[in-house]
Amino acid sequence: MSAYSVTEPSRASKSVAAVLVVVYAIITLLPLLWIISTGFKSGPDSISYPPRVLFEPSLEGYVNLFTTRTRIGAEQFAALPPPETWYDKIVRQSGTVIAGQSRFGERFMNSVIIGFGSTALSIFLGTLAAYAFSRFKVPLKDDLLFFILSTRMMPPIAVAIPIYLMYRELGLSDTHLGMILLYTAVNISLAVWLLKGFIDEIPREYEEAALIDGYTRFQAFRKVVLPQAATGIASTAIFCLIFAWNEYAFAVLLTSGKAQTAPPFIPTIIGVGGQDWPAVAAGATLFLLPVMIFTILLRKHLLRGITFGAVRK
Amino acid sequence: MTDTPIDRMARATPRIVARRVRGLSDRAIAWLFVAPTIFLLLAINIFPLIWTVRLSFTNYAANRPGREVEWVGLRNYERILTSEGIWANMQTTAHFLIWTITLQVLIGFTLAWLINRKFKGNDLLTTLIVLPMMLSPAVVGNFWTFLYQPQIGLFNYMIELVTGTPASSFSMLGPGGLAKWSIIIVDTWMWTPFVMLICLAGLRSIPDYIYEAAEVDRASKWRQFWTITVPMVLPFLMLAVLFRGIENFKMFDMVVLLTGGGPGNETLLASIDLKREAFEKWRTGYSSAYAIILFVTVFGLASVYVKALNKVKQR
Amino acid sequence: MKVRLLTATAVGALLSAGVASAQSNELTLCWAAWDPANALVELSKDFEAQSGIKMKFEFVPWPNFADRMLNELNSGGQLCDLLIGDSQWIGGGAENGHYIKLNDFFAAESISMDDFAPATVYAYSTWPKGEPNYYALPAMGDANGWFYRKDWFERDDIRAAFLEATGRELGEPQTQKELLEIAQFFQGREIDGQTVYGASIFTERGSEGITMGATGALYAWGFKYENTPGQYDMEGAVNSPEAVEALEFYKELYKTGTPPGYDNAYMEQSLDAFKSGQVAMAMNWFAFFPGLAADPTVGGDKIDFFVNPAQNQPASTLGGQGISVVSYSDNVEGALQYVKWFAQPDVQQKWWSMGGYSCHVSVLNDPGFKDSAPFAADFLAAMDNVYDFWQEPAYASLLLAMQDRLHNYVVADQGTAQEALDGLIADWTEVFEDEGKL
Repeated sequence: MSAYSVTEPSRASKSVAAVLVVVYAIITLLPLLWIISTGFKSGPDSISYPPRVLFEPSLEGYVNLFTTRTRIGAEQFAALPPPETWYDKIVRQSGTVIAGQSRFGERFMNSVIIGFGSTALSIFLGTLAAYAFSRFKVPLKDDLLFFILSTRMMPPIAVAIPIYLMYRELGLSDTHLGMILLYTAVNISLAVWLLKGFIDEIPREYEEAALIDGYTRFQAFRKVVLPQAATGIASTAIFCLIFAWNEYAFAVLLTSGKAQTAPPFIPTIIGVGGQDWPAVAAGATLFLLPVMIFTILLRKHLLRGITFGAVRK
Repeated sequence: MTDTPIDRMARATPRIVARRVRGLSDRAIAWLFVAPTIFLLLAINIFPLIWTVRLSFTNYAANRPGREVEWVGLRNYERILTSEGIWANMQTTAHFLIWTITLQVLIGFTLAWLINRKFKGNDLLTTLIVLPMMLSPAVVGNFWTFLYQPQIGLFNYMIELVTGTPASSFSMLGPGGLAKWSIIIVDTWMWTPFVMLICLAGLRSIPDYIYEAAEVDRASKWRQFWTITVPMVLPFLMLAVLFRGIENFKMFDMVVLLTGGGPGNETLLASIDLKREAFEKWRTGYSSAYAIILFVTVFGLASVYVKALNKVKQR
Repeated sequence: MKVRLLTATAVGALLSAGVASAQSNELTLCWAAWDPANALVELSKDFEAQSGIKMKFEFVPWPNFADRMLNELNSGGQLCDLLIGDSQWIGGGAENGHYIKLNDFFAAESISMDDFAPATVYAYSTWPKGEPNYYALPAMGDANGWFYRKDWFERDDIRAAFLEATGRELGEPQTQKELLEIAQFFQGREIDGQTVYGASIFTERGSEGITMGATGALYAWGFKYENTPGQYDMEGAVNSPEAVEALEFYKELYKTGTPPGYDNAYMEQSLDAFKSGQVAMAMNWFAFFPGLAADPTVGGDKIDFFVNPAQNQPASTLGGQGISVVSYSDNVEGALQYVKWFAQPDVQQKWWSMGGYSCHVSVLNDPGFKDSAPFAADFLAAMDNVYDFWQEPAYASLLLAMQDRLHNYVVADQGTAQEALDGLIADWTEVFEDEGKL
């Protein structure tokens, strides 16, 4: 072994480590792959016994996810004109016809509106507060910061009852606005803490220079600090989005037909008869996709985001 | 930038004065910037919390608007603290907390330690491994009911492949005491990467020269591990435990969709029970008291823990 | 940046406002997501054509149905104009003002409750029970029944084996105990190279599953909620020796006659088990029977149906729903118009032909009714002897208590049947005390 270094692990130990981690990765990714593959199975294949690893791919799950189907009488069924589209054809194979669109599209859009709306609001408010905490002498600064953090410790259910009552009085139940405000209140603690960390890292000298050049505080904030903090803001935004995207407890209590997001909806996807696992899997896959992409894009900021900026890589 | 007379004047004046003249004072800006956040938190966190406290002394039922609300004093608290069911739920919660944290710390630390060997491709593997924790817990819980099905589920099938125990001979979510381990398995699957990431950050924060010095002193690898690696990573690990502890004390979504608290009450975590009392039985006053008790418990435990954490950090 | 963010938020708020305000000439009907709901969508197209009102539907899967809908009602939500709600909700719906009282409307439109089967009017429409105050129109009659693999029951080798094992011919069970015997006979048997099991039954814990399943045995043994109706005197009724025996029976059926892993099973799981060929028999609501009869793999010649077997008395657990007008609706007129349309005999006839269980006597008393479907006669027999759970405003607390007690005893193997029922009385007593009824 040449160039021996005490801190550089040996070749052999690296190989052993690599093998062990690969084994763990395979085990841990198996359920995930199973979700994705189940989305492409036909109904019978998905519940076959023993579980089927190789199967003929089918789009049945995706078609079922976006449609509602109904069973009609045998004579009626026989009298139907031949299917016009590929998805009609898939549905007919199970002896049913398409009755209409399912609610998945709507629920997904609700997730988008509420997710992005609350993220925008959290970032807007969070950036302002973080800047103030980072740059100014705010009275009781440490107490306020701790207060903001501590709201995150609260079990959602501890405040769910009065929020439920309050929203009922204010007519905010089952509205996009109500959910946006609620998720913003939950996310703002994360946004303030993360953004404060990012803004702390921007040297004060830049702003000082801008102020000397005659910028006002506002201008300095907008034209100097914000561009510098752009990366931090972007990654904070994505962590806020991931929370709002995945949240379940409040969504199930406070939303119903109009503003319900996808997480309470996906587990309730059923077909004619039992739970339609390919459709559930298809819905889960579509819902995971954005988060998966973000995770890969974000891997450098991951640690900071999930730990409230308490740990930096 | 346009060059107005005011601008020219401003450039000639000292900085502090300039700020006063041409805009709000720093102090005003600070308040302007912080106020909306504080207001939102007061409206949607603190005000409801106070309301919960108030409701906890009444017999109010949110589904019975017509009924007269009575003050019942401490009766709700008394009923909860003397209820056997709730102590059982607390034990279930503790069992879940202790085992998830133990397993996640052990596996997470080991993984981080292995990944820190810096073999080729460790970055890619790290990214893949963390995927489960980015998923929606509700969707995860729902899908695992499918994986846990005795006849057709992947989990039982894999167990049969590996150990030879017939897949349909046991039911992970059914009676027989396995359900409380099933929720631990899923939580561990989901959140081990979280502990791993924090440990990895801890391991990478240890400067090489410490090990080099130890090597010069001819300390064995074993000794280096226990006298350098572990103490240096400990604050990070404790932080991970704090985050997981708070999160799992609040655990609701994943378990509710996986077991709904069953079979019997075997996996009825306190927060699930609370939801049933509040939004299925609609005993609003009673469940408000329940919520307060849980909140005080988690807040108390967390404060004690944070003190301990700070001590470790100072060492 | 700030301006752009503000705009984004404002747009978001506007969007939500836009989505929230529904068009005026629209009705939303809420029900559970299951086969008959799809049939109702088809049926309602006639209404849309006649009235010019656009129908929207919100169908919630059964496990979440009660939770979602009661939450909706309790928060005064305007999502549903019409609600086809479970029979047990009628007390709460009436007392808390969620449902509109329909007496005046019925009188004005000369809709007579005598045109609907008395058991369904009693169960789905009246509050307090049996009083002529109507809060719903019977919409969907239902009860818990059974279906089985006729092709297996007719096979000579299986029949011979059954005769040898029991000394009896294999056929539709006439008593609960015969049912158990058949289930045990099939349990673990090899048929066509696959291991099959006896019966899939309801054991679900979260909503109402195990209560709806176990009461099938309890009622057949003679279980009662009160000694004297309306007195809440449960001691000796709820925990009578018959009730204890029936509960022990249900546990034995679960332990010795059901497929492994069906320990949290309700409608969907029961159907899954049957459709995947795992079980010889299964319990489920009549609502699913049209779909089962038409199933491409296990339907047709392979399936037949029977009413819940009697033991000490014939009895079936009641399901089914009435259609109510939600008082928070902003289109009460349209909703009433729908109810009026739905009550017409020819619409009811079509409802039955499409897979909905009409409660209208003109449909049920039609001489051709019994032969109109392989399960029609069984349905009539079931509806003659139906029993329902408490319909009190506090029904959710009562139900959750029973779910807990039954699941703990039957599935989680804790305590005895006597202890479970004694404990249930204690739980229920507490609820009625809180209600001020005891």
